[in-house]
Amino acid sequence: MDLALAPETLARWQFGITTVYHFLFVPLTISLSAVTAGLETAWVRTGKEKYFHATKFWGKLFLINIAMGVVTGIVQEFQFGMNWSSYSRFVGDVFGAPLAMEALLAFFFESTFIGLWIFGWDRLPKKIHCACIWIVAVGTLLSAYFILAANSWMQHPNGYTIDPHTHRARLTSIWTVLTQNTTLVQAFHTLTASFLTGAAFVVGIASYHLWRAKRAQAAGRTPDTRERKKIGAMRSSLRTGLVIAVIAGMGTAISGDTLGKVMFEQQPMKMASAEALWDTQTPAPFSVFAVGDVAQGHNSVELSVPGLLSFLAHDDFTQSVPGINNVAKAEAAKYGGQPKDYIPNIFVTFWGFRLMIGFGMTSFAAGAIGLWTTRRKRWLAPQMRTGEDEVPRLMLTPHREMSTFFTKWSWRIGILTMGFPLLANSFGWIFTEMGRQPWVVYGLMKTRDAVSPGVGQAEVITSIAVFTVLYAVLALIEVRLMIQYAKAGPVVDEEPPTRDPRLRGPSGGDGDDTGAEADKPLAFAY
Amino acid sequence: MHLHDVWFVLIAVLWTGYFFLEGFDFGIGVLTKLLARDETERRVLINTIGPVWDGNEVWLLTAGGATFAAFPDWYATLFSGFYLPLLVILVCLIVRGVAFEYRAKRDDERWKRNWEHAIFYASVLPAFLWGVAFANIVRGVPIDAAKNFTGGVLDLFSPYALLGGAVTFTLFTFHGAVFAALKTLGDIRERARRTAGRLGLLTAVLASAFLAWTQVHSGNPRSLGALAVAVAALIVALLCNRSGREGWAFALSGVTIAAAVATLFLALFPDVMPSSTNPAWSLTVSNASSSPYTLRIMTWVAGIATPMVIAYQAWTYWVFRKRIGTHHIPGPAHH
Ligand code: HDD
Ligand code: HEM
Ligand code: HEM
Repeated sequence: MDLALAPETLARWQFGITTVYHFLFVPLTISLSAVTAGLETAWVRTGKEKYFHATKFWGKLFLINIAMGVVTGIVQEFQFGMNWSSYSRFVGDVFGAPLAMEALLAFFFESTFIGLWIFGWDRLPKKIHCACIWIVAVGTLLSAYFILAANSWMQHPNGYTIDPHTHRARLTSIWTVLTQNTTLVQAFHTLTASFLTGAAFVVGIASYHLWRAKRAQAAGRTPDTRERKKIGAMRSSLRTGLVIAVIAGMGTAISGDTLGKVMFEQQPMKMASAEALWDTQTPAPFSVFAVGDVAQGHNSVELSVPGLLSFLAHDDFTQSVPGINNVAKAEAAKYGGQPKDYIPNIFVTFWGFRLMIGFGMTSFAAGAIGLWTTRRKRWLAPQMRTGEDEVPRLMLTPHREMSTFFTKWSWRIGILTMGFPLLANSFGWIFTEMGRQPWVVYGLMKTRDAVSPGVGQAEVITSIAVFTVLYAVLALIEVRLMIQYAKAGPVVDEEPPTRDPRLRGPSGGDGDDTGAEADKPLAFAY
Repeated sequence: MHLHDVWFVLIAVLWTGYFFLEGFDFGIGVLTKLLARDETERRVLINTIGPVWDGNEVWLLTAGGATFAAFPDWYATLFSGFYLPLLVILVCLIVRGVAFEYRAKRDDERWKRNWEHAIFYASVLPAFLWGVAFANIVRGVPIDAAKNFTGGVLDLFSPYALLGGAVTFTLFTFHGAVFAALKTLGDIRERARRTAGRLGLLTAVLASAFLAWTQVHSGNPRSLGALAVAVAALIVALLCNRSGREGWAFALSGVTIAAAVATLFLALFPDVMPSSTNPAWSLTVSNASSSPYTLRIMTWVAGIATPMVIAYQAWTYWVFRKRIGTHHIPGPAHH
């Protein structure tokens, strides 16, 4: 079958679809595992019931999410060989190592200890049970780090040489690959962005429950004990989420700024296309938005901040930033071909960059405002303080509460911005990967040379169709489950385990326990 | 011994780990329809592997990742060449994983039934297709001078490969039945043992035929030794199963799997993927491997990580060593 498509087009679509999809779950896995671990630690240390209920609640949502993260990751692991076999041959010596390390050092941790955590509530002493979820959380960080080292190497190949006989990349220093600045900054940026994502998710769901409780009270219903327990758990969750949102949001901005400088130095074309800066300017402005055809270099309406792009690239508002045409000419002279071959899709890079910052920073701002308005008791006038199991008032000054109208909208914004960082992440990755085009490994291998020569278009079309349909169906199922469990809220009737279940001694012979203890139903079963 | 030979052995070890562990997971998945009589019994079976199936599956990811790192050409040729079968396997692993996690998340008959179908079919297909894939690896497939697979998908389904698929399917189901007998209580345990007895006989016939065929076509004295171990272990496993020594039966069905994988890898060596077009174009441990530097790094990582992984996975099995019966299954409110 010949569709007059470039052979790499389909493979790129498939990789883009499956990877962006995988990365919808990854940031939540990374952050929710840590949030759950933190809450369980709070429960183990203080013994307060509300932390137990919060742990169970966020843990459940975390599990619904990680199930999808795990299964979509399997596709990623094999896709390089399936669709990008020339790429795999060329980079395998370098790229395979971090990937194998990820499996050996991270995936095994995560997947083994997650099983212990899910089923271990009545099998493990509290502290060991809690340690299991911490190990999962550390595993997710390791897994992100190794995969990002691999990706950073594609952005900025380093620590390799080209073998004179095979003409392939050969690893010369694993240390360089694992610790070059691209890797470190990219990991920092991705991880802080992940925590912002989880924070917004927690804030959104907690806002939903608190806002509902607030409305019920406004309608004249007084909360019963169960309701108050729920509010207590959600109130702690809200505050936790807001604190994380603010810290992670600042971290994301700082690391993003650093990443911009690294990128400017290593891939000047990407910086220019992030801005749709066609010709070199001194100093270079940053356009907040532009109307018109950015891809043609004619912006009819534009709002721009003078010198800001210079600052992003150089930490200095006055220096010059090279434009797309200038970089393209230089690359064509260096690598051969026409300048236009070296220009990525400017529409996507320009808007991808803006939407990443816009969506993500909105959540950060919402978090900062929320943290202020729900601040701690001692900063409020005594008559305005709320108890541990009450919905917090949104306070502007120590004596003034927000008006009903703004209160309503504040809670709603908390709910509405819940998915914003998720979008920011996708746009960030689409920008990063498409801004690197035409290269798959920057300066070393073009995307069109990376595909599998033996795989026909019919096969790739089949797999794209299969993955797209399957992923769409699973998305529907996942989102519905998530909503069902998120709306149900914490199960406050559940009793925390009262005593440490001891690991039972070796059970004689073939393992049949006897006695009442042995006949108790499992604490958790599929 | 070269480092690439060491890595050939390590890749074999990873696949052995995978087939040993996920082998019984697949078997349990198949048995949810063959053995369980009602919803509670299906849950008993599923919960015998509940805490461990995810960790078991990582052996596959590691085998894939390690092949990428140690033998990039093997990884590239294998996965681009076996594109469609691999696609089916991936879809199955996705659906199966989600099915385990989501099945009990809603108290709705149809929802549960659909996920149960998913568990069954998504266990049957990979159990069969892994055998097809390995039979092809050992037998050789059309590969050109540039190391690319040049055949079509139908080339992968020769009679030999189909027999290979039948062997892994029955062997894994047998392994799963022995595992079920070891991990359950009551009526279902008895039935698991009887089913294992019948499946074992069928497996013995199919596996002997397949391994003998392999031996005749691509074997050598070393692979013959492994073959003998595989067949002997299977027979002893059957005897132990009959006499109610469930632990021994399980260990020996594991030995069978390990020895069968060893037979295939020993028959393969020093090739990793023979070319049926021209033997000179075969991928071998030396022409498909990474540089010595990368292999050295990976040897350090694997040398430290693998024993750790085995230790904590073994601990997991210890924590969840208790047998499960129908009375252990909590009501629908618990999820
Ligand atoms: C919540 C998500 C989020 C938010 C709020 C931001 N980013 Fe980001 N950004 C990502 C999520 C992200 C990401 C999805 O995680 C990327 C894709 C690749 C990567 O390393 O991180 C990314 C990539 C990325 C890159 C490209 C790196 C490359 O191509 O090598 C730059 C230059 C920035 N970011 C800069 C920023 C700046 C200056 C931000 C705001 C002040 C910012 N990001 C906010
Ligand atoms: C180690 C991590 C990653 C590696 C090795 C990697 C590698 C690749 C490769 C080989 C391609 C195909 C060539 C191309 O079109 O550029 C690609 C494209 C793409 N990747 Fe990545 N990627 C990684 C991470 C991610 C992540 C986490 C995302 C997003 C969630 C992502 C998003 C994309 C997209 C959207 C494309 C399509 C770009 C296009 O069509 O031009 N990548 N990546
Ligand atoms: C395109 C390259 C990628 C590949 C080959 C890949 C591979 C995988 C695989 C195989 C899994 C399942 C692991 C399991 O069964 O336990 C997984 C899950 C995960 N991946 Fe990815 N991934 C990619 C992109 C990313 C990126 C860019 C990140 C982080 C920044 C990431 C972080 C994670 C995390 C945190 C999980 C969840 C933990 C888990 O599900 O076990 N992945 N990935």
